[in-house]
Amino acid sequence: MVTQVIPMNDSTLLEGPRVGVRRRSLLRIHWMEAKAEFIKMARVPAFVVPVLSFPILFYIFFGLAFGNANSAGSVTMAAYLVATYGTFGVVAASLFGVGAGVATERGQGWLQVKRATPMPISAWFGAKLILAFLFSSIIIAALSAMAILFGGVHLTLGIWLELYAILALGSIPFCALGLAIGYLAGPNSAPAVVNLIYIPMAFASGLWLPFNFLPSFVQKIGVFLPPYHLAQLALGVIGAGRGSALMHFAALASFTVLFLLLAAAAYRRDEGKVYG
Amino acid sequence: MSIAPSVVPRPIFPVTAKVAPAQLQEVSKRFGDTLALDRFSFTIPPGELVALLGPNGAGKTTAVRLLLGLAHPTSGQARVFGLDPRDAANRIRTGAMLQVGKVPETLRVREHLALFSSYYPDPLPMAEVLEAAGLRGLENRLFGQLSGGQKQRALFALAICGNPDLLILDEPTVGLDVEARRAIWDQIRHFLRGGRSVLLTTHYLEEADALADRIVVIDRGRSIAEGTPADIKGNAHGKQIRCATTLDLETLRTLPTVSTVRRDGDIAVLIAGNSEAVVRELLLRDSSLSNLEIRSAGLEEAFLALTHSQTEVA
Repeated sequence: MVTQVIPMNDSTLLEGPRVGVRRRSLLRIHWMEAKAEFIKMARVPAFVVPVLSFPILFYIFFGLAFGNANSAGSVTMAAYLVATYGTFGVVAASLFGVGAGVATERGQGWLQVKRATPMPISAWFGAKLILAFLFSSIIIAALSAMAILFGGVHLTLGIWLELYAILALGSIPFCALGLAIGYLAGPNSAPAVVNLIYIPMAFASGLWLPFNFLPSFVQKIGVFLPPYHLAQLALGVIGAGRGSALMHFAALASFTVLFLLLAAAAYRRDEGKVYG
Repeated sequence: MSIAPSVVPRPIFPVTAKVAPAQLQEVSKRFGDTLALDRFSFTIPPGELVALLGPNGAGKTTAVRLLLGLAHPTSGQARVFGLDPRDAANRIRTGAMLQVGKVPETLRVREHLALFSSYYPDPLPMAEVLEAAGLRGLENRLFGQLSGGQKQRALFALAICGNPDLLILDEPTVGLDVEARRAIWDQIRHFLRGGRSVLLTTHYLEEADALADRIVVIDRGRSIAEGTPADIKGNAHGKQIRCATTLDLETLRTLPTVSTVRRDGDIAVLIAGNSEAVVRELLLRDSSLSNLEIRSAGLEEAFLALTHSQTEVA
């Protein structure tokens, strides 16, 4: 490898393009992209406030205020709602982080600026997915901490870790849906589209109130929605799930494939239109 | 996990190499019913700054996007350093400043720069980039806190941070006031001392004149004039002749070196390269001619005359 000492002064400008073979690390590019994405979004109140504070505030109102008094089947409300508000948070972080993030940069021309650089496109997509994963993790950790400290929820470390793993991996189908929204919605309409999908879906999937409390016609719709299956998997970890875990896995895997196909079709359409 | 570093060899003498840094050959680009470029050809020779000068909608941005591999020609060929513009090696040797609706506003200047620098194998030191773009002291500002001129300079910094051999600047000063525009010109000139090749698009003749080695005038997707700034100005410079005359516009148009004619009330307005010869001819043909005035046409007017006359022919 040929390298050259570069003096930090004006004369380098006179030398013209430098000669030499350098390396750039693809791993480092992915890391820098993910870091910049996290810093950038952590400074946007319109992203952080709804994504972080809604699940946490709702958990305080419904999970801790009613706390041990009510029980949802075999577990306390405080335990039950950790799983469902955890799901709620994961869905929000994935749909807003990936969906609104992709739609904004794509629609406002920033993606084109990046595409003109040697940035591998995987770094851009990867950064959005890592952002969703990190914010999901923060929400799960915060809810778990509150459940332990104020909700009297006692689970073994193994169960907590299993719950975290299920919820964090559960962001995958919603990141796929986010990609599809990001490539179908415009930069200004994307947040509204996400809200329109996510709020009714969260309610009907039993993320706000235990599923059994919902009107029966809502329950009939709810069983076909992806957050329902993730919530039931998470509840299964603490012994309060309905249906078979295998069926919920299969449903989430199918949704993931469906959303990825939709995202791929939308991506191809956009590529043809913008970069044709 | 194994890391696959991409090793990108550079030519030993990129500036003196014979291969043109950027070239469009007989390129047409169609969007639906619109022909954005119509058998358009041009070349950026090594180490030169070529300005693509034309009004809005002339096809400048399309040419830029073709050279960056962000669009593909309907026919003809785009080449960057002799290769397909999408070639990974080209992306590393090219820096671009594009017109962008909105920049992510919640990253600091230095954060944006550190990120973009990581894309390149041989980036310029950040201090040097900040200096070259006139951003010293602003590195901790969020993008959203920058003024219009500072924002353009920050985009310029992102374009140069990879130490590009070919720099592409798409309307770098559009919408800026005179002072901010001149500041960017200074930064471009300073950066050029490195012997890089540059494509600049602009609709300001003054900008092309201030910076370019060569100007290609583009209108409606076609190249209508090409030469040094002096050539272009001389070509279109001319004088504006105003007079009240009984001669009709068709006759006036046939006079030697006249590029455009129009009527301004009772007054006929001509732009002519050789104003003395035209005036002599006018007086000869119309003894009743009155209110004769001859003025320098001015740069913008000359440029308008150039594109306008082309429009009339078409």
